[in-house]
Amino acid sequence: MSNTILKVRDLGTSFPTRTGLFKAVDGVSFDLKRGQTLCVVGESGSGKSVTARSILQIVDRPGRIESGSILLTRADGTVTDLAKLDPRGKEIRSVRGKEIAMIFQEPMSSLSPVHRIGTQIGETLRIHFGTPKHEQRERVLELLRQVEIPRPESAIDRYTFEFSGGMRQRVMIAMALACNPSVLIADEPTTALDVTTQAEILDLIKKLQKSHGMAVLFITHDMGVVAEIADDVLVMYRGKVMETGPVEQIFHAPQDEYTRRLIGSVVKLEKKAEARTARAAIPAGTKPLLDVRNLSMTFPSGLKAVDDVSLTVRPGETLGIVGESGSGKTTMGRCLLRIYDPQAGSIDYRRPDGQTIDIRTADKASLQKVRREVRMIFQDPVGSLSPRKNVGQIIAEPLKLAGMRGRELDDRVAELMLQVGLEPSWRERYPHAFSGGQRQRIGIARAIAVNPRLIVADEATSALDVSLRSQMLDLMMKLQDELGLSYVFISHDMSVIRYMCDRVAVMYRGKIVETGDTDQVINAPAHDYTRALLSAIPHPDPRNRRMHNRFRYDASRAASANG
Amino acid sequence: MTDIVNLPSETGPSLDLRGRDMAVAGQWRLFWLKFKKHKVALVSLVVIVFMYLVAALADFIAPYDPNATNSRFTYAPPQVLSLLLDGSFQPHVDQLKMTLNTESMRREFTPDPTKPLPVSFFVPAQPYRLLGFIPMQTKLFGLANPKPGDSMYVFGADRLGRDIFSRVVHGAQVSLSIGLVGVFMSLILGVTIGGISGFFGGWVDLGIQRLIELLRSIPTIPLWMGFAAAIPVGWPPLRTYFVITLIVSLIGWTSLAREVRGKFLSLRNEDFVTAARLDGMSEVGIVFHHLVPSFISHIIATLTLAIPSMILAETALSFLGIGLQPPIISWGVLLQEAQNIRAVAQAPWLLFTPAAAIVISVLALNFLGDGLRDAADPYESVA
Repeated sequence: MSNTILKVRDLGTSFPTRTGLFKAVDGVSFDLKRGQTLCVVGESGSGKSVTARSILQIVDRPGRIESGSILLTRADGTVTDLAKLDPRGKEIRSVRGKEIAMIFQEPMSSLSPVHRIGTQIGETLRIHFGTPKHEQRERVLELLRQVEIPRPESAIDRYTFEFSGGMRQRVMIAMALACNPSVLIADEPTTALDVTTQAEILDLIKKLQKSHGMAVLFITHDMGVVAEIADDVLVMYRGKVMETGPVEQIFHAPQDEYTRRLIGSVVKLEKKAEARTARAAIPAGTKPLLDVRNLSMTFPSGLKAVDDVSLTVRPGETLGIVGESGSGKTTMGRCLLRIYDPQAGSIDYRRPDGQTIDIRTADKASLQKVRREVRMIFQDPVGSLSPRKNVGQIIAEPLKLAGMRGRELDDRVAELMLQVGLEPSWRERYPHAFSGGQRQRIGIARAIAVNPRLIVADEATSALDVSLRSQMLDLMMKLQDELGLSYVFISHDMSVIRYMCDRVAVMYRGKIVETGDTDQVINAPAHDYTRALLSAIPHPDPRNRRMHNRFRYDASRAASANG
Repeated sequence: MTDIVNLPSETGPSLDLRGRDMAVAGQWRLFWLKFKKHKVALVSLVVIVFMYLVAALADFIAPYDPNATNSRFTYAPPQVLSLLLDGSFQPHVDQLKMTLNTESMRREFTPDPTKPLPVSFFVPAQPYRLLGFIPMQTKLFGLANPKPGDSMYVFGADRLGRDIFSRVVHGAQVSLSIGLVGVFMSLILGVTIGGISGFFGGWVDLGIQRLIELLRSIPTIPLWMGFAAAIPVGWPPLRTYFVITLIVSLIGWTSLAREVRGKFLSLRNEDFVTAARLDGMSEVGIVFHHLVPSFISHIIATLTLAIPSMILAETALSFLGIGLQPPIISWGVLLQEAQNIRAVAQAPWLLFTPAAAIVISVLALNFLGDGLRDAADPYESVA
């Protein structure tokens, strides 16, 4: 098989820890063929990144390759075992960047902020080919053109901070391509990017792969991305390969139990939750629980994060707010609880006795009352729980402040823990003893402790692995039915919105561009931006790769077209 | 029954590995576990505890009265304390034989091995009060039956024939405590002012920060000299001591205030603080329930790192003759003796003994502070 460029056999990489060797990569084998894309997929901590880094011998200290071989076959037929090379030696350095190039997740920290991008890309050429300065520039311009950076002649002399995330990732790719590598390793290159930008970067990688005939090793946790771009898939779990095979087989005939579960949890999020399809619709005439009118919020920096937003939440309903980073959705959610002070508009909240309070202008006393009825679930399961308090104390805090004491308090905390699926005997434990999913459950318990009526959930599931995501959503829906809650569910992830939201509002640059029933917005989007957003979402079905014929939205063009 | 989720991927290996004990370990347990890993800091902690013990028990440990002069032994060199005599355990020093060098007109001392002076523990002494209130009549060690003309200067004697060892031990009382008292004052000033700065923000913060910058931009030695010059000469030594501490801590609080302010600002925007605010907790409640517990360990570390600078400041002031004055004994005052080159050339122990005491204590405190600082946020790696 002359087509196999990289042949990895029984690769083992370990990290020494206090309690012994931790095998981050344990007996991994795969072949990487010319012109093909191999996706390594797994949840956080599965060892997929360490696998990629082992190939280039850039595993973080004190980790090191313990066993196995990494055979690199060159075009001239010579074979080198990369696993045997000295990690600081000359040989491996001549492989890095030249024969095997890598792009990373966070382009901002992977590029130097003090050098112009032209110099950074040129450096690779200088190191590997000794290209003189004046020739470098020509070649760099050509590379920038290849990665479709607009106006390369001026872009070449700019610094990284002058570029957006997507453009930075293009610069990274240009740098990786500089020496025409035969293998490109992409370690979650689109995870930090918005879904529309992600789609463009994936397109670009695919295109360049075709024109250069590279082999691509693509590391991701996103099954949707896998389905869109992979030829072959390697599923990893806790350092071991669970299953490997063509993408078609992995998605439609998975052999391994873990793969089946993983695909199952992804596919589950592809449609509306069963608990919601069967639910009776909320009567149309119901008075809204929350009525937001013309809300605007400008930061002292002059950034208008929320711009004339109006929306309503009816009792028992879940309203999804979807948008990309910087769309102002988080700011909007925080305005609803007056964490930020919006400058204009009104947030009318209807209390159980029928009286309405404008949260935007409410005084301290009524705001405190409202905050018992409107609660928040935070995105970051680490930062939102004080590490210095145990779980019992964290959940008890809002109850204590509401005046509950003694036996009653203890019983209520135990009841809440059961309700969110935590063992009440864990109340003495501190947050560090819990996983992300469990911590998020603690956060939910704290939110529902004082019997709220509305919960603002800000990206409550985005820090979690996909298999936990649907569990968390199911829990939230269960609580909604039990406690008669309403949710404002903020997310960048359309599948999560589709799974549980009754209605959805699409935000773009501080404005709401479209609102409607979830089914209607997803199946028949009215606004071009919604259409672009939807078409950029990777679809976890390799038989139906839709990203390539997607719809692109250009705000400036749309604005001028609409007059 | 409600469903309890106990997915394998959720409980994970991390929990099993750390076990149940870690799961219920609070802030201070984690702090200690992390601190224990820093071996140098652990050794330093032992050294520091030992030094403070010595300072507290100075009267008991020092064999001589630090102010007792002996004209016979001016500039007497250190005498080696040997443990064995004729193959058996018998701690002793050799008697010093003094000859007058007629050319240089100096006294020269030579140990005389034929005349061992036995040293024993818990020897009787003049009655004194340990720690100021325990009546005692024994010292830790000393010559077994001293006769006039016998001496035991393990670190030598100074120009008045005072025992350097006893003086260094007594000096530790002032030098080590001035650090503590100074740091305590810095703590009060720093936490209050820094807390106000971080809590209120706005122009209050702006004003305090500019004040700190102003204070830090003044060269410290001239500033201290100015203040020290203002201390009336006639004041009793104890009062001078307190004023000097005050002067020394005048600069020390600024870094602490900045640390506290920085912590305030970064913690204020943590989600768990926002959550507490949404729970309806008052601002004061947030400060005492969430902010203070979060930065208290950082403050301890910063304080530990501030003590050495206080010690050094006292030493510098006293060395320059503008700090503490004899008859108070501090390491800085002792170094004053070693100011002229002749004294150093003739009796280097005058320089090296107090200097070694300073270096060891400052180094140990710095290492201890480093260890505490690394352990101060035990959640960084655990999470």
